[in-house]
Amino acid sequence: MKDVRVQAGGFDPGAELARLEVLGAGAVASFTGLVRGDDGVSTLTLEHYPGMTERALDRLADAALARWPLAGLILIHRIGDLAQGERIVFVATASAHRAAALEACAFLIDRLKTDAPFWKQEDVGGVRRWVAARDSDNKAADRWRSG
Amino acid sequence: MAVRILYFARVREQIGLADEVVDVPQDVRTLGDLADFLARRSPGHAEAFAHRQHVRAALDQQMADFEASLGDAREVAFFPPVTGG
Repeated sequence: MKDVRVQAGGFDPGAELARLEVLGAGAVASFTGLVRGDDGVSTLTLEHYPGMTERALDRLADAALARWPLAGLILIHRIGDLAQGERIVFVATASAHRAAALEACAFLIDRLKTDAPFWKQEDVGGVRRWVAARDSDNKAADRWRSG
Repeated sequence: MAVRILYFARVREQIGLADEVVDVPQDVRTLGDLADFLARRSPGHAEAFAHRQHVRAALDQQMADFEASLGDAREVAFFPPVTGG
């Protein structure tokens, strides 16, 4: 099972996990990314490249399915305006084994950060600024290229 | 050759356009050549392409290096390093 979605609306992690649990695989792993509340950001706006975004996420999902024995995976990324504490991104995987579920989950979120065309803009006290890419994200994504 | 060029995020703001159709001359062979060519279109274009290390590109919706050949690409996009997730 593969479900890749780019959407403005929210999602329910519990309901999404339940969709993987019913596959009966034995192990389900997930990652949820939230809008941080520690640096005065009131709103985060997610811009993306319609068309390419969906293709890039779908390619990542296919790469994970080819590399690990997964019963299913769900990948959801939101776009538009998001308030502090709101969910931005959700990755979940189901497998017969915990290592495959955990590794595939980490692969998907690490590679999503460098391969999918999203851009974050922060609103801090009415001043909007683009979020800079981080070198640590490139390093995290690179560790999956050699293996 | 008419190519549709898309701009996103900071690059879109600097150029002041989300997209444009550009007639690309034959001697523009790579994405880097195209960036040089586009940089001459306006002060905003020049600003957007001034620091090439802060610009990424996609050819027909696939990430590509500036050395990549344009080939028969119909859609090219320029944007800052991505920050999703």
